[in-house]
Amino acid sequence: MPEAGKAPFISRPGGWAIVRGNRPAMVSLIVLGVLVLIAFSLPFALPEELKATSSGTFLPPFTRDAETGHMHYCGTDKNGQDLFYRLLTGAQVSLGVGIVGAFLSLIVGTAYGMISGYFGGRVDAFMMRAVDMLYAIPRILFIMIFIAVFDDVFKDWLDGARLWAQEAGWRSAEEGARALMPYSKVLVMIISLGVVEWLTMARIIRGQVLVLREMAFVTASRAMGQSGWVILRRHLLPNLSTIILTYLTLTIPAVILDESFLSFLGLGIEDPAASWGSLLKDGAQTINPLDSKWWLLAFPAIAMSVSLLALNFLGDGLRDAFDPKSTD
Amino acid sequence: MAAFLLRRFLASIVVLFFAVSLTFLLTRSLRGGPFDKEKQGSAQVQEAIAAKYKLNGTLWQQYGAYLNDLAHLDLRVSTRYRDWTVAEVLGQKLTSSLLLGGIAFVIASIFGVLIGAVAAMRRDRWIDWGAMFGALLAISIPSFITGPLLVAVFGLWLGWLPIGGWGSVEHLILPSICLAAPYVAYVARLMRNSLLDVLKSDFLRTARAKGLGEAQALARHAMKVAILPVVTYLGPLAAHLLTGSMVVESVFNISGAGSIFVNAIQNRDPFLLCGAVVVYCVLLVFFNFIVDVLYSVLDKRIRLYA
Repeated sequence: MPEAGKAPFISRPGGWAIVRGNRPAMVSLIVLGVLVLIAFSLPFALPEELKATSSGTFLPPFTRDAETGHMHYCGTDKNGQDLFYRLLTGAQVSLGVGIVGAFLSLIVGTAYGMISGYFGGRVDAFMMRAVDMLYAIPRILFIMIFIAVFDDVFKDWLDGARLWAQEAGWRSAEEGARALMPYSKVLVMIISLGVVEWLTMARIIRGQVLVLREMAFVTASRAMGQSGWVILRRHLLPNLSTIILTYLTLTIPAVILDESFLSFLGLGIEDPAASWGSLLKDGAQTINPLDSKWWLLAFPAIAMSVSLLALNFLGDGLRDAFDPKSTD
Repeated sequence: MAAFLLRRFLASIVVLFFAVSLTFLLTRSLRGGPFDKEKQGSAQVQEAIAAKYKLNGTLWQQYGAYLNDLAHLDLRVSTRYRDWTVAEVLGQKLTSSLLLGGIAFVIASIFGVLIGAVAAMRRDRWIDWGAMFGALLAISIPSFITGPLLVAVFGLWLGWLPIGGWGSVEHLILPSICLAAPYVAYVARLMRNSLLDVLKSDFLRTARAKGLGEAQALARHAMKVAILPVVTYLGPLAAHLLTGSMVVESVFNISGAGSIFVNAIQNRDPFLLCGAVVVYCVLLVFFNFIVDVLYSVLDKRIRLYA
């Protein structure tokens, strides 16, 4: 019976056709694709003087710097850096943290949910009570504590690795550790967000697995003597892929929001690196009745709102198409 | 009912225990102690200060002593605001957060339910599209964008409302709108989806067949059932909103409970942080309990158990 080994596809038929027919979702996909492409390519093409700090501070949009002659389409900030360039590097950090953090939460949540749902009974009851308990803890507070704890540990660890590489005479390893230093906060943040944001994912995956494991093809593979691990990986995971994709899309904006929230409060990304949240923080500080530097707030706000809106539209479209429980 | 209450009580004690343990142990394992920023005295002086705030001994001894004090309902003294007990600090900071969060909660539940219900009844018409687009917009734009935007437009440009601070009714308007906006959207989406489900159900067809008009069928039968998922969501939301928002407080320059979380971590103030977590958990347990009671009132089939 080789057919029994192949898992039938049980999500709603024609899910991708529904997504393709969903115009807001498709527009969002294009917008996001363009945004990612620009954010990860254009900064390398911009001239070096544009990226550096200059004496032309707080230039409004569409003014030409008198010294360098470069056009600043989005104006400049308090250090005379071009805001457009900072927006793009901010997009790299924000989107990067969002994607990697969501991916991490997806791995934890999927593994947890699959184990809980598949083994059922006492294991399931215990694991789900634990999730309930974690839901009761203020999420953002624990992200903040985790960042504070891990940041020290990780910096020490990097420093240790650098010294060790120095002694061993591995120049490249030493350089690598040194280069990673400014990014340690970002890495720690990604890990903390991923460690905290997996609860919803675990619940949804577990619910799906509870349904799937009662289906005939699972019983058949168990009767053929396949182990629990093989059934989980070969039969259940493919059937969960669309649900996982949907909730991955919906977790990315949540993680981006958390990151920008922390950066806005000054607990996340630190200068000279930037994310949309830290740019917004700088922008919000310049709001005053006398002389508002409106562009410092407006452009990061637009960039962030548009990408979050697009991600949410796309996620909603995917959920409408693939989540059997969602109403249409 | 007595069994329900007892089991609920025990379960919330367990939740509280884990939340407090995690907070305390993690905060105490942070680099740097609560007294590092001040003049360092001799070893004996430091020892005496640590003993005064019961931070001497090993981590596990401190932890055990703290749990013991908590069991006797003593939240201890803040290591940062020396002459204040944690209960006093929380009491002072929470008043503004409770007021602001309470208003935001009322706005979110009333407007959310109304908008969601109207959108569901006018399904696929422009009012539905508009409401759902607006809801997605409100979810996607974080409060640290809407906050400064509201300040810039209504505070600076039009000059109708104060840009921040605390004191009069006008001071409450912008922050509560800013705080409530995303939750109005969440509630509206939840309400719309739930009502759409209910409108398709058999018992509502029966009600219509009986001769009830659409409005009456909705008011007498549909709303009661459709509102259940919203009620579930409102419980945790109440606890979340009432314990303050860091962003809204910082944007509108309000001294509230949200800032406690940030400051207590930075000041390494374990007791204040744990006290805030206790308040949050107690509120959460309380509102989830209210939700369960409301459930059994709204839907007679549901009995209180577990």
